[in-house]
Amino acid sequence: MNKIERVNDFVVRFANVNGSGSASANNLFAKALFRLGVPVSPKNIFPSNIQGLPTWYEVRVSEHGYLGRRGGYDMVVAVNGQTLLQDYRELLPGGYFIYDSTKELSADFTRTDITPIGIPLTELCNEAFDHPKLRQLLKNIIYVGSLSFLIDLDFAILTEAIERQFAKKPKLGEPNIKALEIGYAYAKEHYHGTCRLRVLRTDKLGADILLDGNSASALGAIYAGATVAGWYPITPSTSIVEAFEKYAAKFRVEKETGRRKVAILQAEDELAALGIVIGAAWNGARAFTATSGPGISLMNEFLGLAYFAEIPAVLIDVQRVGPSTGMPTRTQQSDLLSCAYASHGDTKHILLFPCDPRECFELTADAFDLADRLQTPVIVMSDLDLGMNEHVSPPLSWDDSRRYDRGKVLSADDLEKRQGKWGRYLDVDGDGICWRTYPGSHPTKGSYFTRGTSHNAYSAYTEESPVYQAGMARLLVKWQTARTLVPTPRTKIRDPQSRFGAVFFGTTTHAAYEALSRFARQHGMKINSLRLRAFPFQDEVIDFIDRHETVFVIEQNRDGQLKSLLTNEAGVLPAKLESILNFDGLPITADFITAAIQAFFDRNPACLAERNGGQQ
Amino acid sequence: MSTEKPVFRHPQATRNTLGLTRKDYEGAVSTLCAGCGHDSTTNAIIQACFELAVEPHRVVKLSGIGCSSKTPAYFLSRSHGFNAVHGRMPSVATGANMANRELLYIGISGDGDTASIGMGQFAHALRRNLNLNYICMNNGCYGLTKGQDSATADFGSAGKKGVPNPYSSIDLCELAIGLGASFVARGFSGDKQQLVPLIMGAFAHQGLAFIDVISPCVTFNNTATSTKSYEYVREHSEATNTFDFIPLQQEILTHYPEGTSQEVIMHDGSIIHLHKAEAGLTITSRRKALDNLEEQKARGRLLTGLLYINPESKDTHEIINSTLRPLNSLGEADLCPGNAALQQINAGLR
Repeated sequence: MNKIERVNDFVVRFANVNGSGSASANNLFAKALFRLGVPVSPKNIFPSNIQGLPTWYEVRVSEHGYLGRRGGYDMVVAVNGQTLLQDYRELLPGGYFIYDSTKELSADFTRTDITPIGIPLTELCNEAFDHPKLRQLLKNIIYVGSLSFLIDLDFAILTEAIERQFAKKPKLGEPNIKALEIGYAYAKEHYHGTCRLRVLRTDKLGADILLDGNSASALGAIYAGATVAGWYPITPSTSIVEAFEKYAAKFRVEKETGRRKVAILQAEDELAALGIVIGAAWNGARAFTATSGPGISLMNEFLGLAYFAEIPAVLIDVQRVGPSTGMPTRTQQSDLLSCAYASHGDTKHILLFPCDPRECFELTADAFDLADRLQTPVIVMSDLDLGMNEHVSPPLSWDDSRRYDRGKVLSADDLEKRQGKWGRYLDVDGDGICWRTYPGSHPTKGSYFTRGTSHNAYSAYTEESPVYQAGMARLLVKWQTARTLVPTPRTKIRDPQSRFGAVFFGTTTHAAYEALSRFARQHGMKINSLRLRAFPFQDEVIDFIDRHETVFVIEQNRDGQLKSLLTNEAGVLPAKLESILNFDGLPITADFITAAIQAFFDRNPACLAERNGGQQ
Repeated sequence: MSTEKPVFRHPQATRNTLGLTRKDYEGAVSTLCAGCGHDSTTNAIIQACFELAVEPHRVVKLSGIGCSSKTPAYFLSRSHGFNAVHGRMPSVATGANMANRELLYIGISGDGDTASIGMGQFAHALRRNLNLNYICMNNGCYGLTKGQDSATADFGSAGKKGVPNPYSSIDLCELAIGLGASFVARGFSGDKQQLVPLIMGAFAHQGLAFIDVISPCVTFNNTATSTKSYEYVREHSEATNTFDFIPLQQEILTHYPEGTSQEVIMHDGSIIHLHKAEAGLTITSRRKALDNLEEQKARGRLLTGLLYINPESKDTHEIINSTLRPLNSLGEADLCPGNAALQQINAGLR
């Protein structure tokens, strides 16, 4: 048997029972790797359940800095009886199977191509600790101790982390450190030289941070000056508002009064959540909501109103698996079309696509400027993987000279000085964006009646076809203006002559970059790439597609929603676009993308041959 | 289409303490049916605002969808208005109020808008005790879609189509009291003497003031068999009512002394019993307030007036302890923690 032998480049999968306290032990492990300066990407693959169902935690270590999922597991820590056999079977040949050997493995466990590492976790734990509740938690810490020995992970990093975590309650830290020591000692005694996966301290991370996207989005909303949040709890978006509340308690308390410079309202449903946002934004506050696909479905009505009545609104859609209730705790990029065209009638909405926590922060902050400037909803398209998992990310930063762009708002003075009749929907600047007023600004000027019914330039109800049509046409002028304001894509031209390109967005990014690098290494085939950061699409997107013969559109849904959007909105011929679709609910892997690209060239062998023969 | 009224001010028009006339509180010409109860309610709102001498531009008008929800266009043209979507006025009003607590908020809804499609939002705005003057113009039917029964139509009541309503009805006042409302009243669009002070009281109340205004639909629920109709049309002769541009022939106004019961006799002879709250009725106890309503109901009477009030209630802003300054007035200095704070956050994430 060839044991997998690698340094700073492997995947460990933990198989646990939900609600058994495994999360903190697994986090401890991931954080320790991070503190060694090793690029690491932890992914929590959890059930829609509070206690009892299987849950997994994957930790990928990648010296090269590949932060997407790779595919396959080099080591499994299997402590869930329900999935033990499944976890055993899914381990890669040459891998390491760590299990609780208090009970012997049954006759089903017959693989000879892996290395079993039995550690009597229950027995060790029961010997050392009396408290039943503590036992369950510490059993997890014991295997972290064993791992520390097996992969040569600096033990001091773990104990420091425990000390830091329990700084205020050192009494609670003690048994944790004891558990680490027990696990370490057992592995050292029984498995010396067994495991050939190793971590070495390196300095690949620089100033990087480890943060989940939802916290980053919440910080973006705090920094952008959001004062009103209307929301309804829904996985996987809930932690955005929880984090917003936490940061508001820190940063938004008036010293003199103890009162808060924020209004966070948990609404009765998502309809009301967005209604609160729209009412607040109409009245001049920066407001947002965080939700997921089912919430977007309910918010359609208000999205249409905000589009047509031209009211700013910021939504963060942390996408999960649909349709319907789908898999609430699994990830997907499947709300693209339902967000782009949300609501009845002709509507289009601005979408932003962050790919890491720093972008969650920045694009959420930018969303408020864009919504105010364009007087329309802006939806930040995150997903469960990005929102709920911790990611290595460049540090956050804020330019203190930055001023909020509140868009075209007339103050009392402006109204006083203004010549001619003001109209709420009068396009005086020719960019499709009109001047608005806040209620209560001026005693006699600037009041208007906001409505979701057809209106003229002065916001009076109208059923005159030319007036209605002019209003709808102006919204398209505004859409063109939006194209000049939304974040630009990130293009990588690996070979200016390449006939192949790839387009993707959000959490597909990391696995896609890895797959494209791998493909270039293995086949000498350089595929250019464009990472979308916003909808509507700029000319740059269209040019990128035009310059290539075939463009892989890589996304995490069944129906190729980005492909549809590109076809519909960028005038691209669908035949040019080759969909690569992952919709299993787990973050897309580099293996999957590589295989899909390979399959394309297998079907079209001339492409690859010509490429290799012609250019290399 | 909304039509603006001609700007003409009578030189001797009465002025309030702000020096404004009633005309300064009016809006566009109503497009509702001639004699619609909603127009009387609109006039009561104008009168209340005039008498209270509120600055028109400091009022925010919001509504949902339906005949009643059109009325904000017909009063306070100097105020910002927001005609939202069906049943969603309360959430939009909530957001607006959160953004600026210094303005006065009036929300107009109807019985379809409140008791059916917007029931959830109604209930939760009450729970949060939003500082809002919530007026439901209640006519027991869907006017804009031509007369279907609404959820407040009484059991057995029949509108123009002649089919008795087979379902039990929702009493919005009882519901509001049960849900923890802090100000609940019932008015009648034909009784301005009672309604104007109720609206004024609602504006003065800190928290959600709910007024269920029985406001008959002259077109679809004007039958002998309806419990929310006028079939008897009385000639209206309030000559001083110069601000009212709608034909008043069909509008009914009732006049009666405090503490008495009044019968409004329908065109065909059927009767609505309007019973004004008797002096001495306890209106500061939720349980008593519910009893009062049920007792009158058992006697076939509709209790009107101020039904329940909790003057001590805390509104949403007080519940969540938000700043006394309008949130929409805060800028970067108040809201943005700055890069130094962010660098500290970064340090904690390594």
